[in-house]
Amino acid sequence: MSLRGVCHKFGDHIDTDVIIPARYLNTSDPAELARHCMEDADPGFAARVKKGDLMVAGANFGCGSSREHAPIAIKAAGVAVVVAEYFARIFYRNAFNMGLPILECPEAVKDAASGDTLSVDLSTGVIVNETKGRTYQAAPVPPFMQELLDAGGLMAYTMKTVGAGR
Amino acid sequence: MGMTITEKILAAHAGRDTVTPGELVTCKVDIALGNDITAPIAIREFQKAGARAVFDKGRVVLVPDHFAPNKDIASAQQTKIMREFARAQGITHYYEVGKMGVEHALLPEEGLALPGDVIIGADSHTCTYGALGAFSTGIGSTDLASTMITGTIWFKVPETMKFVFKGKKRNKWISGKDLILYTIGKIGVSGSLYRAMEFTGPMIDEATMDDRFALANMAVEAGAKNGIMRADQTTLDFINAQAVQPFHQWNARESDKDAKYHSVHEYNGDDIELQPAFPHLPENARPIGEAKGVKLDQVVIGSCTNGRYADLEVVAGILKGNKVADGLRMIIIPATQRIYKKAMDAGLFDVFIDAGAAVSTPTCGPCLGGHMGILAEGEKCLATTNRNFVGRMGHPKSEVYLASPAVAAASAVTGEITDPADVAGK
Repeated sequence: MSLRGVCHKFGDHIDTDVIIPARYLNTSDPAELARHCMEDADPGFAARVKKGDLMVAGANFGCGSSREHAPIAIKAAGVAVVVAEYFARIFYRNAFNMGLPILECPEAVKDAASGDTLSVDLSTGVIVNETKGRTYQAAPVPPFMQELLDAGGLMAYTMKTVGAGR
Repeated sequence: MGMTITEKILAAHAGRDTVTPGELVTCKVDIALGNDITAPIAIREFQKAGARAVFDKGRVVLVPDHFAPNKDIASAQQTKIMREFARAQGITHYYEVGKMGVEHALLPEEGLALPGDVIIGADSHTCTYGALGAFSTGIGSTDLASTMITGTIWFKVPETMKFVFKGKKRNKWISGKDLILYTIGKIGVSGSLYRAMEFTGPMIDEATMDDRFALANMAVEAGAKNGIMRADQTTLDFINAQAVQPFHQWNARESDKDAKYHSVHEYNGDDIELQPAFPHLPENARPIGEAKGVKLDQVVIGSCTNGRYADLEVVAGILKGNKVADGLRMIIIPATQRIYKKAMDAGLFDVFIDAGAAVSTPTCGPCLGGHMGILAEGEKCLATTNRNFVGRMGHPKSEVYLASPAVAAASAVTGEITDPADVAGK
């Protein structure tokens, strides 16, 4: 699947408290969470981001709490894919489980700036920075994670497995 | 080839003789935990998938602790979802307000975390139970939903980093919190990403259970999958004192001599000073000498890291005969009802209240900026909690400094970051 959108660039160690501050965790409504996405790092982000845009960030994206509200907020804000140097462990799992596409590609992160137009092919992991005229290859999605994605997320995978076991 | 404790536990729960790092395994889960913030999403996913019953109503634990007692209408709705699910499913270990505590202090007290267990929780500080020799790790709500159905979860077997704490504490004020902040200061907030952290050495052997909990609790702040230590006599004494359920002897309580490690890190007690961590990352740990003098608006004692009885005892020892500094708010939150009652019976509340501190019912509360002590713009707080991210305790332009209970109590007396030796002697 090919995606094309505008890049919103963030730094290293973007934690889940920045992605969605805990003061908004008294709800799990995706639209409400999306309104406060990235609020403490970039208060204008939620209003500015357009459906299909991309988030690009540095090292250890999504560190901190296990709140799935973080990938939910990003996805509901309209972000189509997050490209980072690398992801924190729980965020990585959560993103695959609930169906937010993520890719690891340090080179693409290094070159990208906010406002660049990027296109991403999720099936091949090829990232093109159209503004800079450069092409990158993201780290391949591990086979098991691909299996989860193909099944339609963890719950679909689980119910398929449970069903098969009966 | 020998195995580490982490590998042994994962192998045993995957029905295998051995596992090696990098392998994917499906493990049986002994305890699956959720709270008032994460469980509602898991419950929604559970119901959306058409699941009818949890895999074992005695192995799913639900604790309303983050925003409970409910801080507002929306939070009340969230805890209601969890309460109704717990009733409908007949969940044995659901802890209502009045019985609940901060989850990672509560489960060990209730005898629900044991050596050799696999424990998953939709809360990142689930790694706390590694202090008891369990494999325990934080996961998200969808993972919790899946485990509530199947009783299993997949893991990539992590490589293990070994941390050896040699020698002795420099002085009596050094605590488990200082050891872990020192470690995170050395390796950084992603220094153990995806890996297991195994804590060993004479300083761990001598550490109390409460110090061990504080240490394992913050493994996730270095990015780790789990933190773990061997189960020794201190562990067994703790478990036998709490035991509310029969404890199956677990023989693999430590790593094999020829276990393979990703890396070995040796630290010496002489080098480890009191280690407050500056905003806005736990890796910004500094020796107390370089931290002294930062003026504070608030001090918080509590959380799954340092809200245990031994922590409160240290705080009371320093506060006794002293007063909280003018212009500073001190908030003390015992982590569980049992700790609360023990502290009250021991007269610690008299010390706290005479000193001018507020004492709260158990809750995660201010640790994650929920309630019971939110910061205004520009305010500085020193807390015994675990995260000092931007906006963690309130306004995005407020600051959180992390430290041990001893540093926190001494700082509350002077109004600025202070070495406890300067208030209460060496």
